[in-house]
Amino acid sequence: MDEDNRNTKIKDSKDPEDQAKTTEQVLAEEERRFRAAPKLSKSPFHGLWALTNRDLRKWYTNPIQLFISLIQPIIWLGLFGKALNFGSFIAGSGASIAQQDIILKNFFGTTSYFSFLSCGMLAFIVLFTSAFSGMSVVFDRRFGFLNKALSTPVARGSIVMGKILQSVGRSLIQAAIVLVVAVALGMDASHFTPQGIAGAFVIIFLMAAGLSALFTVLALRSADWQTQMAIINLLNLPLLFASNALFPVKIMPAWLQDVVKVNPVSYAVDGIRQLLIGATGMNSLWLDFAVVIGFATILSAIGIVLSWKLLSK
Amino acid sequence: MKIKPLKKRSGENKMSTNKIETPTSNIITVENLSKNFGNLKAVDNVSFYVKEGEIFGFLGPNGAGKTTTINMLTTLLKPTSGKAVVCGFSIFKDPNEVRRSVGVVPQEYTADEDMSGINNIILCADLYGMPRSDSKAHAKELLKLVELEDAANRKVSTYSGGMRRRLELACCLINYPKLLFLDEPTLGLDVQTRAAVWKYIKTLKEEYRMTLFLTTHYLEEADSLCDRIGIIDHGHLVKIGTPEELKESVGGDVMVVDVKENEPDISSEIALIQLVRDVKKQNNVYRIKVNDGEEASPQIIDLIRSKGLHVTRISLTKPSLDEAYLELTGRTLREEEVDKLQMFRQRVTMRRARS
Repeated sequence: MDEDNRNTKIKDSKDPEDQAKTTEQVLAEEERRFRAAPKLSKSPFHGLWALTNRDLRKWYTNPIQLFISLIQPIIWLGLFGKALNFGSFIAGSGASIAQQDIILKNFFGTTSYFSFLSCGMLAFIVLFTSAFSGMSVVFDRRFGFLNKALSTPVARGSIVMGKILQSVGRSLIQAAIVLVVAVALGMDASHFTPQGIAGAFVIIFLMAAGLSALFTVLALRSADWQTQMAIINLLNLPLLFASNALFPVKIMPAWLQDVVKVNPVSYAVDGIRQLLIGATGMNSLWLDFAVVIGFATILSAIGIVLSWKLLSK
Repeated sequence: MKIKPLKKRSGENKMSTNKIETPTSNIITVENLSKNFGNLKAVDNVSFYVKEGEIFGFLGPNGAGKTTTINMLTTLLKPTSGKAVVCGFSIFKDPNEVRRSVGVVPQEYTADEDMSGINNIILCADLYGMPRSDSKAHAKELLKLVELEDAANRKVSTYSGGMRRRLELACCLINYPKLLFLDEPTLGLDVQTRAAVWKYIKTLKEEYRMTLFLTTHYLEEADSLCDRIGIIDHGHLVKIGTPEELKESVGGDVMVVDVKENEPDISSEIALIQLVRDVKKQNNVYRIKVNDGEEASPQIIDLIRSKGLHVTRISLTKPSLDEAYLELTGRTLREEEVDKLQMFRQRVTMRRARS
């Protein structure tokens, strides 16, 4: 076609009458080439799902990663949940069953340590999945994909929100797997209600959003994955152990209890326990929800605002 | 909105019915643009313009400020000072409009390795906010343009370096850009792929009437592709001109003519020919500096013969861009220290190119 066009041009150049016609043809040709230029969406959310799905795909299309994320919670629940059995610890004390229940209820808010821990494990898996949300920002910066995204009109906030949402999506699915595995291994399911489970997953969603936003923000400027790994290790441990996820708050020293009270993970776990196993809570359910909503909203907002400033140098 | 500049373009063409080949407006205007990284002046008070429809090349060694300039013009970097208008939009006031109307082919391979070629292009389209109904068809057209149709559904991790480079090009054409930036488009490519990339660049200019802004440190690349070249070094724009002008600034072609010994000296007569700039005779050898070697040489030979002299040997040397470059920067292209991240990216790019 282009060959033809060039030929006509050469032929027509002898005849001025025809030249105008050729010009028309050339214009038509050009029009045809660019005709398809469609209206681009001006919605601030365009591209958000594409970015989210790009990261999610890496996870759900990779059989090894998917297998590991299935097996990991089973190992944790099986080893940690069964080895560190506070129940048998108390049973060995010689107290009567009724007394044991009172002691357990007093410390754990429920009579089954495994159920107590299972709820903590939901938070644990969310924390560890979210912590790595920042890593993909680092890799995108290093391999240049971030610059490519930045050179398109996609909203800078969408780049950050995409990272947060993909991590939230993974967290929700992993948490669902943990819950199923936990029930299979003996978690007390007698208090399960549809509303309770839905509520627990809302809390998981919010906690995942808040934590992913935190770790994504920390990675916004970084192109160095060793530093990022160090940050993850530095933050993960206190977030997990200075919370009520694995151990009851009552056995902790007073100063640590204060730390637990400012750790948003504690509120998430507390809410999940009340909703799933009917445990006696540390706080009212409303306070738990309020803290988790505030945590997710504030950190996501910080993430979006900083993305305007920090993504491009 | 995207359609606006395109419409404007065909409108212009219709007004000047027979002049479609000579666009006159500037698509990039840069005034006193500077970028400092701490104390380092990466780009220092650079001013230039790029005409619509031309291929403009930035030539310079590594670390000269080429990529920094591209990053500023594509709104990835905020300039320290200066003004720049790209496709009619200020890079300060309307960065999003600039992003909508240009395409950027970065130095490194940015395609997602875990996705197929076609999905990578569609992902780019999504980032531009293009509806899927349009982008799928367009992605196929672009894959055809860069001859990757057969590999469209293969994962990018199985692509060779040349295929990746072509895919990068296709990705950046998805938004029908009016202006395309290419940062070192042939870095690390073998000869065949380099030739293919050159071919696509020419196609884009000639058939799609695109304006291209490219950076390179290969002199022959700048020479064979660019309509105009800006030589940049240490953040300063040293010289702008067509490759011919740059070569000429070094001082024309050199013609060496040997004649038989003991024949009369006709230097003064040769010097009268219009294109001749300078004539020197040493023994039986004339060294003649001329402006246009191809045109001047027959005239010179005719003159020598008409005087009854015998030419025994003749040679014509054209100055290369190399010489122009050397004269302007005072040295050859050299490797210079780049920052850690850039080094890493370059290494990855090279490794992938060779895989």
